[in-house]
Amino acid sequence: MSELDRRSRRHTIAILVDNESGVLARVIGLFSGRGYNIESLTVAETDKAKSLSRVTIVTSGTPMVIEQIKAQLSRLVPVHRVSDLTTEGSSVERELAMIKVVGIGENRVESLRIADIFRARVVDSSRNSFVFELTGTAQKINAFIELMTDLGLVDVSRTGIVAISRGSNPL
Amino acid sequence: MDKDKIEELTGAELVVRTLNDLGVDIIFGYPGGAVLPIYDVIFSQEKLRHILVRHEQGAVHAAEGYARSTGKVGVVLVTSGPGATNAVTGLTDALMDSVPLVCFTGQVATHLIGNDAFQEADTTGITRPCTKHNYLVKDINDLHSIIHEAFYVARAGRPGPVVIDLPKDIQLTTVGYNDKIPLKNTSYNPKTEGDVEVINSASKLISEAEKPIIYSGGGVINSGLDASKLLIDLAKYTGFPITSTLMGLGAFPSSDSQFLGMLGMHGTYEANMAMHQADLIIAIGSRFDDRITGRLDAFSPNSKKIHIDIDPSSINKNVSVDIPIIGDIAKVLHPMLAILKNKYNVDKTKTKHWWSQINDWRKINCLSYIQGNETIKPQYAIETLYKLTKDMDARITTEVGQHQMWAAQFYKFEKPNRWMTSGGLGTMGYGLPAAIGVQLAHPKSLVVDIAGEASILMNIQEISTAVQYRLPVKIFILNNGYMGMVRQWQELLHGGRYSESYTEALPDFVKLAESFHAFGIRVIDPDDLESSIKKMIDYDGPVILDVVVDPDENCFPMIPSGSAHNEMMLGKEKDLPKLSKEGLALV
Repeated sequence: MSELDRRSRRHTIAILVDNESGVLARVIGLFSGRGYNIESLTVAETDKAKSLSRVTIVTSGTPMVIEQIKAQLSRLVPVHRVSDLTTEGSSVERELAMIKVVGIGENRVESLRIADIFRARVVDSSRNSFVFELTGTAQKINAFIELMTDLGLVDVSRTGIVAISRGSNPL
Repeated sequence: MDKDKIEELTGAELVVRTLNDLGVDIIFGYPGGAVLPIYDVIFSQEKLRHILVRHEQGAVHAAEGYARSTGKVGVVLVTSGPGATNAVTGLTDALMDSVPLVCFTGQVATHLIGNDAFQEADTTGITRPCTKHNYLVKDINDLHSIIHEAFYVARAGRPGPVVIDLPKDIQLTTVGYNDKIPLKNTSYNPKTEGDVEVINSASKLISEAEKPIIYSGGGVINSGLDASKLLIDLAKYTGFPITSTLMGLGAFPSSDSQFLGMLGMHGTYEANMAMHQADLIIAIGSRFDDRITGRLDAFSPNSKKIHIDIDPSSINKNVSVDIPIIGDIAKVLHPMLAILKNKYNVDKTKTKHWWSQINDWRKINCLSYIQGNETIKPQYAIETLYKLTKDMDARITTEVGQHQMWAAQFYKFEKPNRWMTSGGLGTMGYGLPAAIGVQLAHPKSLVVDIAGEASILMNIQEISTAVQYRLPVKIFILNNGYMGMVRQWQELLHGGRYSESYTEALPDFVKLAESFHAFGIRVIDPDDLESSIKKMIDYDGPVILDVVVDPDENCFPMIPSGSAHNEMMLGKEKDLPKLSKEGLALV
């Protein structure tokens, strides 16, 4: 096995599953039971008529481990489709975060100014706090959070990554 | 019956009716509060035969024995809570060894779920990782299709156990029924036909090989009788040597000169050496398990590897292969043979040199032992059993440990479905209930559970089941007073400190048999072994034959954990193996 094959790499995997009770437990149980990483996980129903949900998992592993993860996911009975967005063509990834910053005076003004640069929206405001809503790549959100840390950051809620392939083909 | 006619049935009646529709004739179970409605239906019908076991683990192993000796789905019925948790070991065993089962578990009424009701357990939660799939039936209208889907899932692709958790109120609710088969699940459709292009490249490699070996496994037996026939055809057409995993024994006749015996940790010298030196490995329905490969980075370093398996997750899991073929064994071997014969033409002289090398390895005679006059050697006990039963329709089950490995080494299986053992999970207590399941499926066969005195005590209560149903299963105990395999590892790897591996207060197995109304025999003298085995065979009913064997005998060859195929111990070494820390950490 070459050095390259042993290197762990980050992959975003999209999974189409039946929206039934226990299906998320099957996916998560598979990851914990077999010792795979989960860096982020999002899930919501995406097709009401067919009762399908879409799970997006960000994981990391060597090519052999990633291949295993995909094969193991594919053999779960309620799983319809597994797609590795990292290797199967290019894709777009986004995450949404809500960030609460508490402060008055110069810090408060500065946080608003930075929010403007990042195109974050204010979705709640009190006399000494803001809640910002920010959408972007995980790196962008990390950068925003880092800047807010010194300006009174008290709370963060993030969705985890959602992703979709570029071009005309569906999952 | 008129296809459109709708009958009103309770959930419990629907379960039994659907099992009838599916052709299920035997169900293994144990009653309890949460399944009483189903037992009530079982009481007033005759089509479905219920076998009352003595412990739910026994029910699942019996169903496994039934399934593995017939190729049909084994069916189990247990109650909620402890009934379900007792079944967990059996379900895990079936998952590891790819045995098709459907297990109905009772559940408390839907409105009580989550309230810590009496005998409530989160059965679907507990069994999720140890089943292929499971269902909690919340709506009576889903029940009919769930049962059909469960049987489909249990059988399709790589087989496995499926649990249907059935709340008591659902069993009592009525629903309209007709015998139209409900639509099957559409998201689970495993690929069974192999890719012709890939089969073609594999065939080319096969025709070019000079040091090939076929490494076949339990997948051949699961694929069915055709697969075993095709495996024999492939071996005969190519003239290649063939070895088998523990699970695959019997798919290829063991007495054939091309058969090198089992491979792996307690496999033969010739099989392991051939795997190590090969230039081509053709893995057929086997999964490169750690018992097989030994140290991974030293596993067959110079070979190309073809891997045929129905489960894509078995490919490249432990060992990276060159040509993976995903599909059902029979459906892959059939076109492969055609391509080989029509396009490539295998030249048998190419492997002449390889065979002479293999025959040299065979001369080591790695399974040799010396039978003296004093004590019975366990190997001799199994060889004698084989000699006296080989012309009968014999089916063998085992428990787990040294006796299991000796059985695999010394009992020669000629046909599939004759050998039932717990391979993946290594479950002590498997053999006796499995033998009961096998005997029910094959009333005229001689069914022998080759056991150790420690393993047999784990499900000894099932003798009572055998007696109740007049099942003449034979329990052949190799009694050395120790948990033999544990003792062997302690001797070889832990400085001879026999921590808790000796059973001080064993029962008198003859009296034990008698107390269950079975027949008990003890044999100590090697000269009495044959006559005792004959007595065991001739007795029309369950027998325990307690064979007192040499307590110090070890099972060889052995690849110590963390070692490679060419680092086998043959049992004649003066020095004990020096294991690395990594090796010691392996099981």
